[in-house]
Order: sequence, then C-alpha cells, then structure tokens
Amino acid sequence: MKSEGVWESCDMQWCLSQAKGSLDDDVTEADIISTLEFNHTGELLATGDKGGRIVIFQQEIENKRQPQYRSEYNVYSTFQSHEPEFDYLKSLEIEEKINKIRWIPQKNAAHFLLSTNDKTIKLWKISERDKRPEGYNLKEEDGRYRDPSTVTSLRVPVFRPMDLMVEASPRKVFANAHTYHINSVSVNSDNETYLSADDLRINLWHLEITDRSFNIVDIKPANMEELTEVITAAEFHPHQCNTFVYSSSKGTIRMCDMRASALCDKHSKMFEEPEDPSNRSFFSEIISSISDVKFSHSGRYMMTRDYLSVKIWDLNMESKPVETYQVHEYLRSKLCSLYENDCIFDKFECCWNGNDSMVMTGSYNNFFRMFDRDHRWDVTLEASRENSKPFQVIKPRKVCAGGKRKKDEISVDSLDFNKKILHTAWHPQDSIIVVATTNNLYIFQDKMN
Amino acid sequence: MFERCSKSWRAQRSEPGGGADGDDSLYPIAVLIDELRNEDVQLRLNSIKKLSTIALALGVERTRTELLPFLTDTIYDEDEVLLALAEQLGNFTMLVGGPEYVHCLLPPLESLATVEETVVRDKAVESLRKISQEHSPVDLEVHFEPLVKRLASGDWFTSRTSACGLFSVCYPRVSSTVKAEIRQHFRTLCSDDTPMVRRAAASKLGEFAKVLELDYVKSDIISLFTALASDEQDSVRLLAVEACVSIATLLPQEDLETLVMPTLRQAAEDKSWRVRYMVADKFSELQKAVGPEITKNDLVPAFQNLLKDCEAEVRAAAANKVKEFCENLPEDSREQIIMTHILPCVKELVSDTNQHVKSALASVIMGLSTILGKDNTVEHLLPLFLAQLKDECPEVRLNIISNLDCVNEVIGIRQLSQSLLPAIVELAEDAKWRVRLAIIEYMPLLAGQLGVEFFDEKLNTLCMAWLIDHVYAIREAATCNLMKLVEKFGAEWAQNTIVPKVLGMANDPNYLHRMTTLFCINALSEACGQEITTKQMLPVVLKMSNDQVANVRFNVAKSLQKIGPVLDSNALQTEVKPVLEKLATDTDMDVKYFAQEAISVLALA
Repeated sequence: MKSEGVWESCDMQWCLSQAKGSLDDDVTEADIISTLEFNHTGELLATGDKGGRIVIFQQEIENKRQPQYRSEYNVYSTFQSHEPEFDYLKSLEIEEKINKIRWIPQKNAAHFLLSTNDKTIKLWKISERDKRPEGYNLKEEDGRYRDPSTVTSLRVPVFRPMDLMVEASPRKVFANAHTYHINSVSVNSDNETYLSADDLRINLWHLEITDRSFNIVDIKPANMEELTEVITAAEFHPHQCNTFVYSSSKGTIRMCDMRASALCDKHSKMFEEPEDPSNRSFFSEIISSISDVKFSHSGRYMMTRDYLSVKIWDLNMESKPVETYQVHEYLRSKLCSLYENDCIFDKFECCWNGNDSMVMTGSYNNFFRMFDRDHRWDVTLEASRENSKPFQVIKPRKVCAGGKRKKDEISVDSLDFNKKILHTAWHPQDSIIVVATTNNLYIFQDKMN
Repeated sequence: MFERCSKSWRAQRSEPGGGADGDDSLYPIAVLIDELRNEDVQLRLNSIKKLSTIALALGVERTRTELLPFLTDTIYDEDEVLLALAEQLGNFTMLVGGPEYVHCLLPPLESLATVEETVVRDKAVESLRKISQEHSPVDLEVHFEPLVKRLASGDWFTSRTSACGLFSVCYPRVSSTVKAEIRQHFRTLCSDDTPMVRRAAASKLGEFAKVLELDYVKSDIISLFTALASDEQDSVRLLAVEACVSIATLLPQEDLETLVMPTLRQAAEDKSWRVRYMVADKFSELQKAVGPEITKNDLVPAFQNLLKDCEAEVRAAAANKVKEFCENLPEDSREQIIMTHILPCVKELVSDTNQHVKSALASVIMGLSTILGKDNTVEHLLPLFLAQLKDECPEVRLNIISNLDCVNEVIGIRQLSQSLLPAIVELAEDAKWRVRLAIIEYMPLLAGQLGVEFFDEKLNTLCMAWLIDHVYAIREAATCNLMKLVEKFGAEWAQNTIVPKVLGMANDPNYLHRMTTLFCINALSEACGQEITTKQMLPVVLKMSNDQVANVRFNVAKSLQKIGPVLDSNALQTEVKPVLEKLATDTDMDVKYFAQEAISVLALA
C-alpha cells in the first residue's frame, strides 16, 4: 500500500455532494437500501430497499445556485415494486426486498427497468406525462353531470398541458421460474433477452415473453446432500451476446458460450486461483466465496469480490487474476469473531468507473475503498455527514492493523461492524459515485479543478 | 362505471321536464366520446372499437380537425387500447373524407409506431402499410415518404424498427430520386447501432428485396445480406437465414452460386447453434429456393451435417424435415440420395441420446415409406420402425403409432403387428395418464387398420380396462373411444363384445365404475340403435335409479334424458316416466333437479 502522499498527489479528490436519508440512528428495517444502479447515461439512479420500494433519482443538469456542483440528484419517482407474499404450498414467506435492479437500454422516451426480489422479476416503465385531456359532453370537468337537455352538440376532448407527472407502471411480471432465491438479473447485449440466476439455476428470458423461460444452467445435484457449491452471481458480457459468467461459493467463475449448446452446463472457461496453502484455515472456503462479479465496460476484464479482496481477471487468462486488491486485509485475524456475528457472510458488491481505470467496493465502519489500476494506488474513504463538509475534499481514512497507532488512524478493534457498505455505484461516464450505508445514500463528486 | 354513468343520465332523462329539447341521437355518441377517457380500461377499449361510429357522427371535417389530433396524443394509454386504436385507423380512410385526405391518418399512426410495445407498433405499421395503398402517388411522396424518413432517422430505436416495415410499400410507387433515398435509408438501418433495429431490418430484407429492381438486388441487397449474415449478434444472423429464402428466389440460377451460396454455407456451419437451428428449420424453403442442382451438390451434405449436429435442438429441427427434404429431392436421383446419404444418418438418429430428436424423427419417418416403395421399406425402414416402437420414450412410440396409416398404404400393417401389440399394451399401461390418453385417441384408427378380428383378440381387453382407470379423463376418453369403435364395427359387434361388459359394471361396488356404465350408455345408445338400447341398456339404467349414491341417481336422470330420443314412446311412457317421477321426489336436491329437467326435456309432464 502506498502512502497518503501518493494519494494526495493524484488529481482525483472527492467531496460529498449529497447525503440522503434519515439522520435518525434508529433504522427501520424496510428502509435499508438493498441495491443501487445507474442507468446507461447516468442521468437516473435507482435504489431498491428491503421494503420492496424503488426510488429513482434524476440528475438536475446544471445547478445555477451552486455552480461548484455540476449536478444534483433529486427524487424523480418512488413506487412500490414488490409486496410481501406467502407461498402457501411451501409455507414460506416471500420477502419484498429488492435484490437487484437492472436498467433496460432506452428504447423510446420512457425508461424501463427490471427489479427482482427472491422469486419474481418485474419490468417497470417509468414515463412522463405533461398533457391531459379536457372536456366532457355529459359532465363538467369536476364530475357533476350536466343537464342532458343542454347537450346539443358533440365535444371532442382536447389535450392541454399540465404539471409534469412521472408514472411508474408494471409492464411485465416474470414469475414462477425460480425455486431458490434470485441473486442476479442481467440484460443481454441483444436487448431482447436477459438472464436471472438463483442459488442453483440460471434461466434465460425474452423481455416480451413472461410465460416461459429456458433453463441454461442447472447445478442442482440429483441428491441435495451432495450439494457443495451454489451460484452467487451471474452476468452477461457487455458486447458478446453469447457469453455470460457465473460465480460460485467456492471462489470460481465459469464462463459459458451459448452458441455451443442450448444447455450451458459445460462451461467454456473456468477462472480459478489456486489456494495459497500457507493461508489455509477453517474460514478459507467461506472467505473465498464470490459475492459479486462485474464485466468491465470494455468487455476485456471482469472483476470479482470475495470477502477480503477484489480481483481483476483478464478474460484470456483463466489461471490467476491479473490484479488483486486487498480490501481490508486487517480483518484476516478477526475472522473468528466475524464468523460468530455472521458478518463473514456479508455480500459486498463492487463496481467499475466509466473508463475501467478504477474500481470501488465497500467495507465496514462505513468505509469504502477505491483502487486506481493504472497508478496502483488505493484509498479508504468514509461515508459520513460529520466528517465531510460541503465542497471540501474528504480526507482518506487509515486503519491501523497493529503496532503503534498513529494520529488519525483507527484501530481495528474500534471498527463498527454494523455499519457496512455493501452497495456502491459509479456514474457510467462522470466522476460521480454513490455509496449506500444502511439507510443513507451518499453521493460524492470529484473536486472541480 | 359505464353502468353508473349511463344509468345516471337515463335517470336524469326520465325526470319530468328534462331532456325534452336535447337531440336524442347525440346521447349514445356523447357517451362514447366521454368514455374515450374513462378510468375503466374496458370502457375506453369499448369506445375505441366504436371509433367509426364516433367519426360518422362528427363528420369528416371534425374527425380530421378534432378527433385525430386527440387520438394522436392518446399514446399514454394501455397497450390493448392502443392496439385497438392502431387497428381502427387502418380502416379509417372513408371516415376522414376518402383517399384525398388519407394522409390525415399519418400523425396518430406515426406516434403509435414509436411506442415500446411490439404488438402495438406492429399493428400501427400494418395499418400504415394498408393506408399507403390509398395514397395517390403524389401524396405518397408529399406525406407518406417523409414520415418513413422521420421514423427511419428517429432518436429512439422503436421508431427506426417501425420504419423497416414501411420501405417496401412505398418503394414501387415513388420517383427514382426518392427510390435512391429509400435505399440509402434502408442501408443505414441495416448497420444501426442497436441490435433491435438490425433485427428489424434483417427480417424485412427479403420483403424489400422483392420490390427492388434486380440490379439493385444484386448490388445493394446482397452486400447488406452478407453483412447481416455475419453480424456479431446471433439473433441478427439467424434472421438473415430467412431473408436468404426470398433473395434466392429472386435471383437467376446462375447468380446463386456466387451471390448467395457462400453465405448460406457459412450459416449452416455457424458457430452458434441457434443459427444452425434456423437453417434446419427453414431447410425445405431453402431447398425450393435454390433449386435441384444446388440441392444435390450443397444441401445434401449440409443436411447430413445438421442431422449429425452436436446440439440436440438442431438435430431435432433437422429430423423434423427429413420427409419434406426427401420428397423435394429431384426425382431422377431421389432414391439414390436417400439410400446413400440420408438413410445412414436417419439410422443413427433412431438411437439418438436425446428423446426430442427421436420423437421428432418418429413423427416423420413413416412418411419415407411412400417415397421409397415397398421393397426398400421392408428391407431398410421396417427395422427402424420396429426399433422406435420399442423405444424407452413413450412419445417416440406414440409418434410411430399415430402415423401408421402411411405404412399401411405401402406394406400393410400386418408386417408390424407383432411389434405393434406389445408397444400398444405398454403405452396403454403407462404410468403417465397423458400417455394413456394419447394412445386411446389412436385406438379407433388402429382398430380400422388392424381389423375386427385382431382387435377382438388383442385390444378389446385394453379398451375395457381403461373404463376402470383411476383417472377420470381416461375413463371419459375410453367411453368416447367405445362409441367410435361401435361406429366402425357396427351394432351387432357392440352387442356381442362391448355391451355385456359395460352393463356388468353396473353392479360394481365402486360407484365411480357404476357411473361409467351410465356414461357409456350415454355415448353408445345412439350408435347401438333402438333395439339394443330398449332391451338391454334401459333395464339396467332403470334399476340403477335405486342406487344408494345420489351421484349415481342423478346421473340416471341425466342418462334417461340422453337416451330418451332413441326410445319409442311406449317405453318412455311406461318405463321411463314412472322412474323419473319417483326421482323427482328424491330427498337429494340435485337428483330432483335433474329428474325434473329430464321430464321437461322429454315432455313427459
């Protein structure tokens, strides 16, 4: 790890531009943010929560009052995507929690997104309306009926401008195809199909067909007692319509070619790093489980996140990652207590910046990490209102792994493991990042030079 | 909502003094217009479907100046409303004042052609194509063609996909400068950034090629076709296969080899199974389009490869085409090609690892016997049929059995009967009731081909066993089967073989079986005729009116109603009437109900 001096000499410095959500420490379960996703232009940002709601923020282009901010995100639309349900056949509650949101590439003036909970995927349309019809024949605009004897000629209604209204309407419901919990959805570059993955299977859907899907991967063993691994995430390649990858709880990533056969049980590539025998412990398998996999925008690389690190893989090299970044190596000595408080099973996600030169992922104590791939430096930042004043560059944080604690350093023992950043998102073009703490949303921008 | 709304104005109208002056004929129209913006989708839909009524009432002038502008802005509505609107507008020419004013319909259809729902867009395009024919050549250039251009260069891909379907309708009727522009627009869309638009262009390529001058087909279309056929998106490449059929039909035979075949060969060996599947699926059309010579030299080996493809989906699609492909082979070399090239592959498919492949083959393989004739069938095909009849997958066996008629014509079914029987028996006892149901449905056909003797000896017991199957659908189908058998073999046969067994079940301890007797009688009485019905069936039915189970008793009433028309009036009056009257006083209300219904239907009251 490089010193802070290197960081400061770099030109990317972040300031907090917006913090959204309740200031109250008392967190309502339903308000916990469960997913974040920018659309393809970055103009819209969707968040999903445990209460099944989706909030969409829109970027206000050019804010004249505060010129130091290029733009601000404000609420555009809020709607209830999923409701709690009960599966009577299996006596199981189905949570309304939004597991994933994926935007569909824009096809007309309206915006579309896929949202999923554990079982059901929905296609939502978010559209604007700025006109409404006026003029009835048999009643007044306020609903009172006219004396019909006064109706002597026909009136055709006319559209008149009105205040802008944003509507979210459910367009398609893709249900009943998953026995296990859905962890991923990913839209294909052909813009007409998408995949959905649960613990053991991956299905392929057509965006316009809800009553059938094709199973493309099934890793369910005939005897469930022989089950040794589950699918943790899956994603389509950004450009090659036939390629997708899925990651497993054993730390491997399999790449499949849909051209080769209809069933992709046989992978075309398997990415796996041999385990370092010196690091082997009781927790090895748990911490090697991959919690997220993301292709780079270029389609050349993919990034995986496991419990302690982020790895970048070149799609042409299966044997080992081309880059490995330690997210919070200081936790390696704490795995025992992290196992006891279940934190070791936390599923951290990761994201790329717009030109694939940097990656970001979350950690504990509301810290999040960024790694610059070209300059090989990294930084820890904190999402907090207290330590970040508007327009001011936020100071990097440092965790003291042992030995003597320096000024400004935080000791590992004082990290708060209840404050975790699982979800982060990077604007597809600009230097704007979004970080979700439990029920708050922090938006940072790089300082304008 | 409609109820409430219409009732309330009716209520107002009926008030004394009210409504005397209003124009009564306006009300229904006024309601329809108001309901164009009702909250209830069903009512809006209703109004849109009566749009012509509204337009008639408004007259052509107001339809053009008021109704159409309103409809142009209605694109926020539900898909089903928009779909109905798009359809209506295709038939609206007279209502806006005839062909002279038909261009007034373009704005609403243009906005419908950009919505995200494919069915709506497709319908809007269909209507646009329809009304394009009603434009004069001048209007087509002044109004229609600019619309096509606007759509083709729209910001959103929805509008660009819609444009793809409109080029072919205006191309033949515009000047050569405009034609050049249209070709240019089509070219641009073929290399659009979004796969959606390229797919739309690829799927309209064949249609567009048909209206182009042959020179342009050779210069423009072929290069577009080649480009689309090697697109990076599998979904675009596979659509190019479809276009291949139309393009090949347009070109003179001598150009096919250089202009089309390289692409087709490439598609048949595409890395993606979906593209190869498409080739297999369109094989018969391709074969017809390229003609006999290329078929012999190129398509035969290609077809062999598809039959041996590594992906089962492709093999199944190809297997489905075996018969058609063989039929369409040039007559002079047909038999030789089949025997040396196709049959070896077919033999392998019979023992394919995938059951869909085998059942696809089983559904067409029998058709080869008519093409190959008696001797080849006996020597080469019969072993394959027999192997498939013993296949572990019931669907394969069923598909063979369901196509027996083709073989029957060539070699007679006797050759097969030894193997047929065990196959039928096994299917008849299959654990899956849908399989049992399927084989029952082939029984009348089999009975007809195997003859009454064979049937009595081997199959009769099966047919009777189905009557006491534990699944109702099977018992029902078995009943229907008996009726068809009687129609085939006659009343006398029924009296000797079926009726005694059916009537015997009337004493079965299981009430469901007793009811089956009644259902059989319902089905058989007509086919068996008056004598058997009166003498043998009626006494049994009447006796069952004393059954302790109410379900049986009310089915007796229903049966009597059903067989009544077959009986003579004497039997009706002296035998049926007293029993129905007794049932009409039954303690069970359903029994009473059906008894009374029977009495009134048979007019016995």
